[in-house]
Amino acid sequence: MTRTLRLFRHTRLVFVRSAQPWLRSPALHIVAVFSPLLYLVLFGPLVKNALPPKVDAWQWFVPGMLMQLTLFGAAYAGFAITPELRSGVTERLRVTPVSRLALLLGRVLGDMAQLVIQGGVLLAAATAFGFRTPVLAVVLALALAAVLGAAISSLSYALALTVKEENKFAPLLNMMLVPLMLLSGVLLPMDNAPGWLHTLSRINPLSHVVEALRAITAGHYGSTAAVQGTLITVVMAVVCGLLGWRTMARNQA
Amino acid sequence: MLKVRGLTKTFRSRRNTVKAVQGVDFDVAEGELVGFLGPNGAGKSTTLRMLSTLLRPTSGEAVVAGCDLLADPNGVRNRIGYVGQGNGAGAGLRVGEELVMQARLYGMPAAEARSQVTDLLKQFDLEGMDNRTVSTLSGGQRRRLDIVMGIVHRPGLVFLDEPSTALDPQSRSNLWEHIRSLRDRHGTTVFLTTHYLDEVDALCERILVIDDGRIITEGTPDSLKTEVSGDLVTLHTGAPAEAATVIGHLPGAREVTTDATSVRFRVPRGDAAVPVLVRELDRIGAPVEAVSTQRPTLDDVFLTLTGRSLRDAEAGAGDGAEQE
Ligand SMILES: Nc1ncnc2c1ncn2[C@@H]1O[C@H](COP(=O)(O)OP(=O)(O)O)[C@@H](O)[C@H]1O
Ligand SMILES: [Mg+2]
Repeated sequence: MTRTLRLFRHTRLVFVRSAQPWLRSPALHIVAVFSPLLYLVLFGPLVKNALPPKVDAWQWFVPGMLMQLTLFGAAYAGFAITPELRSGVTERLRVTPVSRLALLLGRVLGDMAQLVIQGGVLLAAATAFGFRTPVLAVVLALALAAVLGAAISSLSYALALTVKEENKFAPLLNMMLVPLMLLSGVLLPMDNAPGWLHTLSRINPLSHVVEALRAITAGHYGSTAAVQGTLITVVMAVVCGLLGWRTMARNQA
Repeated sequence: MLKVRGLTKTFRSRRNTVKAVQGVDFDVAEGELVGFLGPNGAGKSTTLRMLSTLLRPTSGEAVVAGCDLLADPNGVRNRIGYVGQGNGAGAGLRVGEELVMQARLYGMPAAEARSQVTDLLKQFDLEGMDNRTVSTLSGGQRRRLDIVMGIVHRPGLVFLDEPSTALDPQSRSNLWEHIRSLRDRHGTTVFLTTHYLDEVDALCERILVIDDGRIITEGTPDSLKTEVSGDLVTLHTGAPAEAATVIGHLPGAREVTTDATSVRFRVPRGDAAVPVLVRELDRIGAPVEAVSTQRPTLDDVFLTLTGRSLRDAEAGAGDGAEQE
């Protein structure tokens, strides 16, 4: 059996294993989209006044919520691995001839699948508020969100495997997520921000991802914002993926 | 099956250095059931994890199930089973799914994996548990599941780390039956670690005793008891001092102590020594009124070798054990 074929088979096995819990209880998806839905209902109406007159509030706000859903959903992925690290599941898997890359890829693919479903639910719910976008844009936006999800969940696994304990992992996540989120221009446009704040938000790669999502859902597939944001997302996924792989393969249980 | 030479492991962190394993050498032949006995923190798990490719040795080498540990870790992984100190099955998953997935990670086709899992569940008294969620199993069932998971790909060599820890007495002896049957029915070589004396007594044909990262002795439980400690003989007699002198000349007798009415000493074969002694003491006019011989325990063996009881050693190694 060639290496690639084995990698593929092992990835599929790990994927199916990591997907079991949410395949079995679909209610988990409702819980996951609940918070972005709340933002739509309770925060969305406030956005209109902060935007330039000609911008449609929902068209502007919904892609940001998709990003937020992805960011938070993927960031918490690591919580699935800490109990397995402690109980001995990770150790058991590492003694098998499974490729360490498959251990990461299978899980990350599971997270991506889950995020695509939740993102779809969110976009469908948003149409009830008057959000409109072509089907192609839905596909592309969900795909981009999934790649972002791959980056963030790989990073989350790397962190969880390093930190090992939930009570350290949770505050660490919070410390990273809140600034990333605030500086991404998801809640309010950053155009009117003071210079230093604007600069910080430009450095945040997530701002570019949100702008790409907005461009895509507006149908501007070939625009600079869409292309640039997509490239940034792919680079993030590769870098974080390699980091996750390295951590997964490291020689210490 | 297992050939280990000069294996060491040193854990280094910024604050301290722990020499967990300080050079162990041993061999295990095919079909043996060997116990690795030592107090908590002795280095048992660390050794086992090095031999099952989980930890890279600091130095030393080993051939495990015919493959070189350092040069061909994947070959080792394909040929061994490992049942760690914890639970290997994911708490929220189903028993059957976890087992089939485990078998398929070793390349077993799906249909074969399923029938193998059904067979093994039956053999380990877990029949019909396929659809149970792992977290709903009892402690004994979960431990048996761990073992099934470790042998689902039919390895020739299985490592078991503290298999019966935290089980009630009944589940323990039940588990021992299953471990024995692994070897008896399938010819699997079994290498297990334990800090329980009754476990090696009940289960293992040969033991390696490890303390502080070094193997301090090895042999069958009986030979260790005989050679290392010997039987404890207590003689009641009217003339203990005279008796003690005679005993002093007995080959192999040691640790002779006397009080007003009795003499105690250790000798490799108490059953053989006593008749000779009784005749001799009669002859010199110090007749024996009562005699008892006591077989040593493995704890006596450990005490003789280290000056500590295995139980004390355990209490002393408390912080080492908790770090894990
Ligand atoms: N990952 C680790 N980092 C640092 N020290 C460790 C690590 N694992 C084990 N040790 C130390 O190595 C020693 C041996 O541990 P271990 O092999 O688990 O003992 P046993 O299994 O015999 O109870 C202990 O002092 C333990 O604290
Ligand atoms: Mg141990």
